[in-house]
Amino acid sequence: MSELASTKPKASRAASLFDLRWIIALLFGVYGVVVTVMGIGFTTQADLDKAAGINVNLWTGIPMLVVAILFALWAQLRPVQIPAEQPLEDASSES
Amino acid sequence: MHVHVMAAANLRLNAAPIDYVLIAVYFALVLGIGLMARRSVSNSLDFFLSGRSMPAWVTGLAFMSANLGATEIFGMTANGAEYGLPTVHYYWIGAVPAMVFLGLVMMPFYYGSRVRSVPEFMLRRFGKAAHLVNGISFAVAQVLIAGINLYALATVVNLLLGWPIWLSIVIAAAIVLAYTALGGLSAAIYNEVMQFFVIVAMLLPITFVGLHKVGGWSGLVDKIQHANTNPANNAAAQLSSWPGSNITGIHSSVLSVLGIVFGLGFVLSFGYWTTNFAEVQRALSAKNMSAARRTPLIAAYPKTLIVLAIVIPGMIAALPQIAPELASYKANIIANPNYNGGNVTFNNTIELLIRDLLPNGMLGVAIAGLIAAFMAGMASNVSSFNTVFTYDIWQTYVVKNRPDRYYLSVGRLITIVGCVIAIGTAFIASDYNNIMNYLQSLFAFFNAPLFATFILGMFWKRMTPAAGWVGLVLGTLSAFTIDRLVAYGVIPLSGQGPSFVAAIVAFVVDIVASVIVTMFTQPRPAAELTGLVWSLTPRDELRKAEVGADAAWYRKPMLLGGVVLLLALVLNIVFW
Repeated sequence: MSELASTKPKASRAASLFDLRWIIALLFGVYGVVVTVMGIGFTTQADLDKAAGINVNLWTGIPMLVVAILFALWAQLRPVQIPAEQPLEDASSES
Repeated sequence: MHVHVMAAANLRLNAAPIDYVLIAVYFALVLGIGLMARRSVSNSLDFFLSGRSMPAWVTGLAFMSANLGATEIFGMTANGAEYGLPTVHYYWIGAVPAMVFLGLVMMPFYYGSRVRSVPEFMLRRFGKAAHLVNGISFAVAQVLIAGINLYALATVVNLLLGWPIWLSIVIAAAIVLAYTALGGLSAAIYNEVMQFFVIVAMLLPITFVGLHKVGGWSGLVDKIQHANTNPANNAAAQLSSWPGSNITGIHSSVLSVLGIVFGLGFVLSFGYWTTNFAEVQRALSAKNMSAARRTPLIAAYPKTLIVLAIVIPGMIAALPQIAPELASYKANIIANPNYNGGNVTFNNTIELLIRDLLPNGMLGVAIAGLIAAFMAGMASNVSSFNTVFTYDIWQTYVVKNRPDRYYLSVGRLITIVGCVIAIGTAFIASDYNNIMNYLQSLFAFFNAPLFATFILGMFWKRMTPAAGWVGLVLGTLSAFTIDRLVAYGVIPLSGQGPSFVAAIVAFVVDIVASVIVTMFTQPRPAAELTGLVWSLTPRDELRKAEVGADAAWYRKPMLLGGVVLLLALVLNIVFW
């Protein structure tokens, strides 16, 4: 690829950096569980009246859990590939 | 619009312990990202440009998020509440075409020339005078804007949680400092991506619940027609995006459309998105040319769609059925533009929606999202400030030719200095209640001429170094002159029209001045301009990275750019 990248001794830096997808999965996993539980167990009539009858926590919590699962699956199925020590061409490692 | 962010007792939200827990979880992850990103920083390029290692989806979402700060969340929901649908022009006419242009036309020059910042591109193309003008004004603008973001953040914390302003400012600055000084741009970018998802998790429920509560789209239209009868800003103007006279303040329909298309769409937005280093830096951190070009293109998709989850909630909030105090404020300010009563303004739109629509649980997520937006806004200011200061000012003019390790230390140190200055500028900001508007204009003055110089310099090889800096200086001065003429009432303009007009004038003056100066000065030899000027750069050099996985059809920049333009066009027609 470029003069700059090929002179760097650590070409595998992209891989040594943690995978952001797991962090997002963790965040939305925690948020999803908490908010869904709030929706199922702790929704008052006042909460429902505020939103004209919608259980906001429940209907937001479930999509959050889905997002968490999708990111976890993506990270699991397509892990970050460690680029070769000598970069051949710059196009090898899309995550 | 006016930015009063006064603490009003009725805006206090009833945050429960569970909400604090959700906010704490977010902060723990933000700091954790800073700590983990630190391990990957071993030289200055790692710190300032993430070692040019980021995949396109990460840089793309960060590109969009870096702009999703205080002005966007407060300002655009406020615009939605005040003006209604014409607000979409900031996205579909403004941002999206500019982002596509950046990805398709300009990114090959930025990324291909291996510059580390936008001012450095100026140095290569026009030499030291233009470089210094650009570098210093950018650094100053960034610490000022960081202060605005910090102040906005502190007022939100103050409103929502009741902490004193000064304490909120210091704590917020300390957290941003912790993760940007540790992890550099990687930490800032990763947090911006995480922030993007939390913001969406805040905006979508508000939009859907709000629409449900007013009876869907037809219910919304019905209630707006009922509530807005004053001809000064009536329901018809708020419910159709063109000609947008209420937002430009230009009564003639033709001139209003011209103002939107050329002022906002062409000069202001192209200037902002294509030359603002806080944005371009995200693309420069991408791992290869293909990913760099796709960065703004990928960002354009969420940008095209998110406006619906910003403008519609704004329109809903100003209805008497949702937030009566905002509805009465709106009726009063339309009847009397100098109205100053009541204890809410359009800038409280998002807080009112959070208060009135979300139960505990989602409340915590929404507060985390708001805080995240302002922290990320400040982090993008600080992380672009430290790069320009270290590379373009310190390394180029002050202390030259030291080992890389030295500049990494300077970068960390100047990050701390930047945050401390931002605390100072945050207190300056707290003295003004419309400084955001003011700074937005300043920013436009600076970006419109910069865009003119860039575009001319990229396509006209004869343009001389002297023309580079003269155009910038005269363009900025002429925009400033327009601003003063409007302020003293010589030019009768209101709404957001003045900044559109100032941008057009600055652009034209810059072009004319550059052409005239070029006629009388010496151009640089063509050999020095390869990779910097369109006609002197071989076509295959611009596209060299489209091989291997990047050759996949869904990663073609042309296709990505074309589809998102089409999407913006279709939405424009749907919401005509």
